[in-house]
Amino acid sequence: MLKTYRFPEYAYRQRAAQREGRVERHPVVIIGAGPVGLSAALDCAARGLPVLLLDDNNSVSQGSRAVCYAKRSLEIWQRLGLGEALADKGVRWQVGKVFHRSELAYQFDLLPQAHHRMPAMINLQQYHLEEALVAACEAQPLISLNWKHKLVALEQGADGIALQVETPDGRFEIQADYLLACDGAGSDTRRMLGLDFQGQVFQDRFLIADVVMKADFPTERWFWFDPPFHPNQSVLLHKQCDGVWRIDFQLGRDADPAEEKKPEKVIPRIQAMLGPEVEFELEWVSVYQFACRRLQQFRHGRVLFVGDSAHQVSPFGARGANSGVQDADNLGWKLQAVLQGRASPALLDSYHAERAAAADENILNSTRSTDFISPKSRASLRLRNAVLELARSEPFARPLVNSGRLSMPTHYAASPLNTPDEAPFDSAMAPGSPCLDAPLANGDWLLRHLGRGFTLLSFGELPPQDLVPALVVGRDIADPQGLLRERYDGQPGTVYLIRPDQHVAARWRGFDPAKVRAALRRALAQE
Amino acid sequence: MPLIRTPNIPDPDGFYEALIHAQRGLSDEQADMLLTKLVLILANQVGDRAVLDQALALARDNTLQAGGA
Repeated sequence: MLKTYRFPEYAYRQRAAQREGRVERHPVVIIGAGPVGLSAALDCAARGLPVLLLDDNNSVSQGSRAVCYAKRSLEIWQRLGLGEALADKGVRWQVGKVFHRSELAYQFDLLPQAHHRMPAMINLQQYHLEEALVAACEAQPLISLNWKHKLVALEQGADGIALQVETPDGRFEIQADYLLACDGAGSDTRRMLGLDFQGQVFQDRFLIADVVMKADFPTERWFWFDPPFHPNQSVLLHKQCDGVWRIDFQLGRDADPAEEKKPEKVIPRIQAMLGPEVEFELEWVSVYQFACRRLQQFRHGRVLFVGDSAHQVSPFGARGANSGVQDADNLGWKLQAVLQGRASPALLDSYHAERAAAADENILNSTRSTDFISPKSRASLRLRNAVLELARSEPFARPLVNSGRLSMPTHYAASPLNTPDEAPFDSAMAPGSPCLDAPLANGDWLLRHLGRGFTLLSFGELPPQDLVPALVVGRDIADPQGLLRERYDGQPGTVYLIRPDQHVAARWRGFDPAKVRAALRRALAQE
Repeated sequence: MPLIRTPNIPDPDGFYEALIHAQRGLSDEQADMLLTKLVLILANQVGDRAVLDQALALARDNTLQAGGA
């Protein structure tokens, strides 16, 4: 137990099927009740799919772990009914300061993104997030959440998967149409399928600590390169809720993790950083090493790898949990379409196409940050320090400073589900893009109206049609500030076909039912 | 615009003198840092990625061809 948090202990319950020796069949089984598995369960359930969620533990994450959640994740959780509560609970920040030695090298402002419902970024301990997601899953009748249920073997057949699950009452079999492996970087499911990662493991070790203190540091992200209190390494300080601060210390390549985790080693480090007068208590400490790598294929028949089980990034930029939540968002509606017979399983291949492209983008960004933060040669170190020294006075050098490029949603620009533009648009909402939110009348927001199924967003009246539910600007929603029109270049007659995950599938300058029908077929991988 | 590979500085001896002179009184480490900063300042002045990529390739190829330590 922590001073600021009591870990819930969720009850193990034996399933009736195990007790009675029956073999149940479930359309969707999810392995792992972390942020990604819980979000995937909520998304599937919101789309009408019953979900069996299994976790080998019976509590939430130890320590703050992922910490930073980006706007797109909050928008996804908002669709699942949790966005506002999480945004209120989390700590909002927008100013980042970068120090080099004892000087301020540079500071940035994420800018309050005007006219968006969700903030750019919040900090929240992972256990708070998981507890909120668990409560939402427990309130959802389509989700059965089973603690102390460990997947120990699986066998894929032509028409389903047989799972061997171990509980305190022994082993039993469960059958599934689809299995979502949300079991993290050390995924057992991945091991059972004998799959390997491709990519790079970094030798640097990092110490992360949650510290309780009453300090008057502002609510900002502070990043130090080579500070006097931790020479030659980097340090990151973030504020979380309940007066808990998160500190990440780079330790270098030769650090001994067991030694570095000892309080007698950790406490002096933190004291040197905060200054001798600051009182604090250590809540949690961990040492980690990271990798930038992914599976070659995210779909293996009826098994889909989601989140860290499929891809891993360095921590700089908050791209781990945020990309996992977007994986879940991408997969839910596709599983729904396949299981409800509206699309063939080929649609699931687009999960790999779109999310592997996202993983590659995240890996590229986080590898570049790592190369800046942790230079691998004397010449790279000199270049890095030259950039930081120039940045103090020279604006041109500031964009080169890379202490992490913060998670942004991926535009699926090359997706096979997109229908290419036929006419020019003065808007970033090209096919494959995640829809930008926009304020409507009376405190309403665009994204509230998107995400249940496919939607036709139309700037102007539509003739009667029954292809796709329509959202007509001026009839169903109002755009008093004109921001919706501006963000979507919504000239009269413009029509957008929007996917159930709030990404654009196609857009036209006029409504043509044959084109909408073709774009829908393409977005469901029916051609 | 392609990388300029013909003489383009009107006063080569004067420029070279200024380049050497900029390092006066600096330690080797400071001189290395100065040259590194100069690269960044000039790269920003050029701005054009295609030209910068040609310059990077030329510097690398020339170094590899020259052998040396």
